[in-house]
Amino acid sequence: MTFKFDNVYVSDTSTVAGPYEKKGPLEKYFDKAYDELYFGESSWELAEQKLVEDSLKILLRKTKKKKDDISLVLGGDLSNQITATTFGTNKVRVGNAYFGLYNACATSVEELIIAASLIDSKKIDNAICITSSHNMTSEKQFRNPTEYGAPKPNSATFTATGAAGILLSNDKSKIKVESGTIGKIIDYAQNDPNNMGAVMSGAAAYTIAKHLEETKRKPEYYDLILTGDLGRYGKNIVTEFLKEEYKIDISKNYNDCGTMLYNLDEQEEVQAGGSGPVCSALVNYGLIMNKLKNKEIKKVLLVATGALFSPTTVFQGQNILSIAHAISLEVV
Amino acid sequence: MKNDKYEKIVSNNKAEETRARNAIVAFLIGGLVGLIGEGIIEVLCYMFKISRTDAGTYMIVILIFIASLCTALGFFDKLVNKAKCGLLIPITGFAHSMTSATLDYKKEGPISGFGSNMFKLAGSVILYGVVAAWVFGLIRFLLGGKI
Repeated sequence: MTFKFDNVYVSDTSTVAGPYEKKGPLEKYFDKAYDELYFGESSWELAEQKLVEDSLKILLRKTKKKKDDISLVLGGDLSNQITATTFGTNKVRVGNAYFGLYNACATSVEELIIAASLIDSKKIDNAICITSSHNMTSEKQFRNPTEYGAPKPNSATFTATGAAGILLSNDKSKIKVESGTIGKIIDYAQNDPNNMGAVMSGAAAYTIAKHLEETKRKPEYYDLILTGDLGRYGKNIVTEFLKEEYKIDISKNYNDCGTMLYNLDEQEEVQAGGSGPVCSALVNYGLIMNKLKNKEIKKVLLVATGALFSPTTVFQGQNILSIAHAISLEVV
Repeated sequence: MKNDKYEKIVSNNKAEETRARNAIVAFLIGGLVGLIGEGIIEVLCYMFKISRTDAGTYMIVILIFIASLCTALGFFDKLVNKAKCGLLIPITGFAHSMTSATLDYKKEGPISGFGSNMFKLAGSVILYGVVAAWVFGLIRFLLGGKI
């Protein structure tokens, strides 16, 4: 399902990152980056809320907006009952309304599509979309205790630490939100939580194919097509599957945020690459926005990919589902 | 929904695992922990003139203490990651599983926090350890062994 937008623009973005991301190649694109994982807080959950708080404050400062100027805030993250973004937003007390959303690591683009639709239909003037993840909060919730450190297979991805926000508005700017495609839930009978690339590639392929079909475009229309957090193995799977199943070749202008956030050869701890809702958001709102502003690239398709499951469904032997949403940004 | 094309592409893009290397690393480090344990028993027997059985119990307590201390100081997880299962299978792993879970839930308080989460990982070890001891004890009894 694809929507075109006429009067939705990107005002600005803010990115706050943790120590592993700071060591990666994108450090200069972050507004703020920490050297340790607690950020002066006493628990991992409070630390993640702090990231959200920082990101929102920086975004307000950069866009010169007051807290009440913001019509709507849309937030989402990986923590149970999406508390990180809800509590973090509450601390800043920004916005006149709030939406909490969850589509795992596809949350950022889910937020963008909803915000853009509301702005485009003139229901609201502007909206902040905020998303976060914290490596330790996720480890504690989805896997083992944070100090356990059990070895993982090489296909495992590493949850990124950070928060990233974006202000969409009907005020004209250099970057336009051109169109968005809402994905659907995909189940290709995958069930390995240590191989998320294999889980989510099917959803990425479906959404990319659907977007190109409904907009009647070829992959070459875009200077860059970016998936969220498939990692180094998922990246190959989506390229090969698009060619086999949909006869689409994206190999020339495709990359994956999970492989761009870290230096995969030097940062061994990240294994197959970055993941988590903020992984794609940090790359998109940092590096990609910078490239769009400088007109290094003019048309980009951002495809955020999410794995839908809980530890309980995995232990009960149910498949891991996936979803991907796409949004197209263009330089005006 | 099973998709054969997808399944084939996924299996062609499997990550390579260094299983043999992991096994050798775990074997050597696990063996080293065993060697240290044996050394402690010898020292205890020699210094305090106690039986090997008593020395064995003290050795376990000492290893549990060292492992828990290392976990609490925050670097045992990095060693575990490097040593693969070499530090997780011996008693050090049992201690580590309890200390790491306790640390994780200290903010949630003594009852609903570390009190109920301490045995999150170790619970299975204790349960199946007791069941296995019962099964093997029964087999020994049936084969006419001493109780």
